[in-house]
Amino acid sequence: MNSREAILGDLRQKLNRPADGGAGAQAVAERLSAHRRNLIPQRGQLDRAGRIDLFEDYAAGADATVARVSSAEAVPAAVADFLKAHNLPANLVRAPDADLDTVPWESQPTLTLEARKAEEPDAASVTAAFGAVAETGTLVLVSGDDSPTTLNFLPENHIVVLWADRISGDYEAQWSALRDRYGEGALPRTVNLVTGPSRSADIEQTIQLGAHGPRRLHIVIVDERP
Amino acid sequence: MTELSPARFSEQAAAALKDAALQRALGNMRIGFIEKRRKAADKLPEFEALRDEGVAIKNHTLAHLDLYLEAYEKKAVEAGGQVHWARDAGEARQIVLRICRDAGARTVTKGKSMIGEEMHLNPFLEANDIEPVETDLGEYIIQLRHETPSHIIAPAIHVNKDQVADAFREHHTALPPDRPLDEGPDLLAEARTELRERFIEADVGITGANFLIAETGSSIIVTNEGNGDLTQILPRVHIVLASLEKVVPTLEDATTLMRLLARSATGQEMSVYTTVSTGPRRAGDPDGPEEYHVILLDNGRSALYGTEFQEVFRCIRCGACLNHCPVYGAIGGHAYGTVYPGPIGKVLSPALMGIDKAGKLPNASSFCGRCEEVCPMRIPLPKLMRHWREEEYDRKLNPAAVRWGLGLWAWAVRRPALYRFGARFAIAGMAFLGRRRGHLKALPMAGGWTAHRNLPAPQGGTFHDLWRKRKSTRRRTDR
Repeated sequence: MNSREAILGDLRQKLNRPADGGAGAQAVAERLSAHRRNLIPQRGQLDRAGRIDLFEDYAAGADATVARVSSAEAVPAAVADFLKAHNLPANLVRAPDADLDTVPWESQPTLTLEARKAEEPDAASVTAAFGAVAETGTLVLVSGDDSPTTLNFLPENHIVVLWADRISGDYEAQWSALRDRYGEGALPRTVNLVTGPSRSADIEQTIQLGAHGPRRLHIVIVDERP
Repeated sequence: MTELSPARFSEQAAAALKDAALQRALGNMRIGFIEKRRKAADKLPEFEALRDEGVAIKNHTLAHLDLYLEAYEKKAVEAGGQVHWARDAGEARQIVLRICRDAGARTVTKGKSMIGEEMHLNPFLEANDIEPVETDLGEYIIQLRHETPSHIIAPAIHVNKDQVADAFREHHTALPPDRPLDEGPDLLAEARTELRERFIEADVGITGANFLIAETGSSIIVTNEGNGDLTQILPRVHIVLASLEKVVPTLEDATTLMRLLARSATGQEMSVYTTVSTGPRRAGDPDGPEEYHVILLDNGRSALYGTEFQEVFRCIRCGACLNHCPVYGAIGGHAYGTVYPGPIGKVLSPALMGIDKAGKLPNASSFCGRCEEVCPMRIPLPKLMRHWREEEYDRKLNPAAVRWGLGLWAWAVRRPALYRFGARFAIAGMAFLGRRRGHLKALPMAGGWTAHRNLPAPQGGTFHDLWRKRKSTRRRTDR
């Protein structure tokens, strides 16, 4: 008998499972396909403006910095401001994302952007968020041909462009949006829920930013769709 | 260094209490974790209700574990993942080795994994000429110091800054020996640079899993550093180590547990990185691993299903029980001599190793109940420790003196008149002996206790007598 059968056989016996799975099998199938929502905290259940504010509060509370702009036209200036404020070089690596294509990067002639995955020693990256959760100030980033995951982790500075309409009050709305995009029971290779920049408290329980992932996380919230 | 063992708990605990460096390090945690958890819980009005829901989710899943594991496996395979089942640690190690050999691996990066610790994976890989590199900062520090984790979420909590600096100077020999390493940021920056090279050269990345999702066949890891992510996206092969009970039905169910996890662990609203991984990289993906393996490890767990100990499998490894435990706070994690220290370790270790080997641990508790109070999954840890004590007694594993003493007490307590007489006699005797100082400095058969403190001399008779007096007074007042 192989290990799979041994373990499952043992469990079935302990749990008194009939050979055909019985009522339990039905309950499990139903629960998986229904993926019902459990208790959702009230905190994020706000109107659009309230959600944006709450997201900003919690993201800032997790040491991210946030800039709000009215349209995609203003994104390059916000990015350039961030780079200047931290004395960073103006060359960036960005996700080859269609929404980021709509940003008029050439309006900031000092910025140079390459659309590709991240490599050492890229200093700063720009990606677009699939969504965000106001409840905890968390970004939802997905992998794909237009969105390399290395951009979220290798550079010391990560800039995320977030269209305000994509901010939901809770996680559950993001799972629904993912199901709409990728299908029932399917997900992209990687979904990153990111709340603030990388940190460690492993040395004497004192929090320090920039452990292995980005030292700085800068979120540019775009109020209107282009 | 003699190897730590739960059989030598008393000696190890005594040594820990006298270890000045350890006591200095433990001083950093005693208040921080507790205060942060309380604030985070208070900030979310639904926290207690979420705990109840979390318990219900886990109980439902555990009652259908076979079915959820099958559903999970089906989806993981559909997404291109490979699922391996291992009955014990030895089998799991062989699976890891086979995957590493197939990948021609020489260097393996590792995210923090308690299952990896349970498997004693690092020495095994080293013995097979594969270099494991721990990438969580705390795990990296203790790997350099040739130690095991002393806390399930803060593995290097027993180490002070100067000791980290010493370890870095000893191992990072290519760097100038007189470089400044006094401050946390110096140490962090150096570890980041050293490990960045290792991330890039690694052939295989091994992570644990906080949750497995049956609905999508995904694994979830939760970290603050981002090391788990670099471990899994840079090498060609990603291996996930998970125990059976990590599976939950849906993303919604995992979300409820995630709302409890970071708040209970570190008091964060959410850990920095929660990563949901499903299969290997897709066609067109510019990065990510080409192979995705999941090893499902039993390691003695299935023997506990259908027993009273099943409740321990609700554990989400937040570490709150350690953070709030007065015993852990006094002696740290190594004294337990087991992979899992603290209250959860006292219940889990006898299950994984046998009560004959780990029997001292469930006895090392005053049953103050703080662990159960803060456990997000409401695991009745004191009750389960008591059950282990009962099993130890039933199997005649305690020392003869304990069995004899308990037997005598049980005999007396079943004879109320005799018991009361004996108690009155003992109390009167102790009151007489302590009449001058008001306390007793030594007591036969309680030397371990009186070696460290004086016993106040009893006053006013036995509990039974006091109770009777009080009841008759109340009756009179009621009238």
